[in-house]
Amino acid sequence: MKFAIQINSGPYQSEGSESGYQFVRAALRKGHDVYRVFFYYDGIDNAFRYAIPPDDEKSMVQRWSQLARRHDIDLVVCVSAAQRRGLLSRKEAERVGKVDSDLADGFRISGLGQLVEAAIEADRLLVFGG
Amino acid sequence: MMGPTGKKFLFVMQRAPHGSCNAQEALDLLLTTAAFEQAVSVLLLDDGVFLIKKGQQPDRIDSKDIAAVFLALELYDVPRVMVEWESLQERGLDPKDLLLPVETIPRCRIGALMARHDRVVNG
Repeated sequence: MKFAIQINSGPYQSEGSESGYQFVRAALRKGHDVYRVFFYYDGIDNAFRYAIPPDDEKSMVQRWSQLARRHDIDLVVCVSAAQRRGLLSRKEAERVGKVDSDLADGFRISGLGQLVEAAIEADRLLVFGG
Repeated sequence: MMGPTGKKFLFVMQRAPHGSCNAQEALDLLLTTAAFEQAVSVLLLDDGVFLIKKGQQPDRIDSKDIAAVFLALELYDVPRVMVEWESLQERGLDPKDLLLPVETIPRCRIGALMARHDRVVNG
């Protein structure tokens, strides 16, 4: 089965991000496809490059990045939700006269159309958090 | 209007306006979905019924007029705004307290309503 995943909450708000992550891993293990993971609302907090929890805590940002690297999963962050909350890619930062890229490895920033397209193309849309 | 690849989307909104940007972002997603020529319906549940309550003064707290978007939904081919009847009652509200005519759905029918849609999105 082909899944589209929407993550609506950040690593420290609710279990939504963790549950979504575990679902994606379980789905892949069972041989399903994950068409896209789309981060919306405060879910964009999962993509902050410089979120660095203490060593004895898990890092959701690193876990998502690793998942993208290992399984070539498309992780997409909503551009307007990200800009509202100060998360900019290098390109966006330069466009608005800022300098740094805050986006963690394995994520890309795009529009809401990417979520709608995933919801249409996949067999199921699963929404986590929020 | 539903295009050839159309799916039936139900957006379930459960939170009051103005406390966060939740409603704004949910409506952005809803309007984008409508722009993809999908069939879009809205269900207001729990505190979501306050989204279209009459008498809001969002300018007093420098907030956007979220209710105005609901009044314009028909222009975006989103004809159906539904409200759970018990959510209204529990908050002392009546359909006449709302800014636009809605279809009220009793709680016992919400499950069946969701089952009739291809995609259910909470926001």
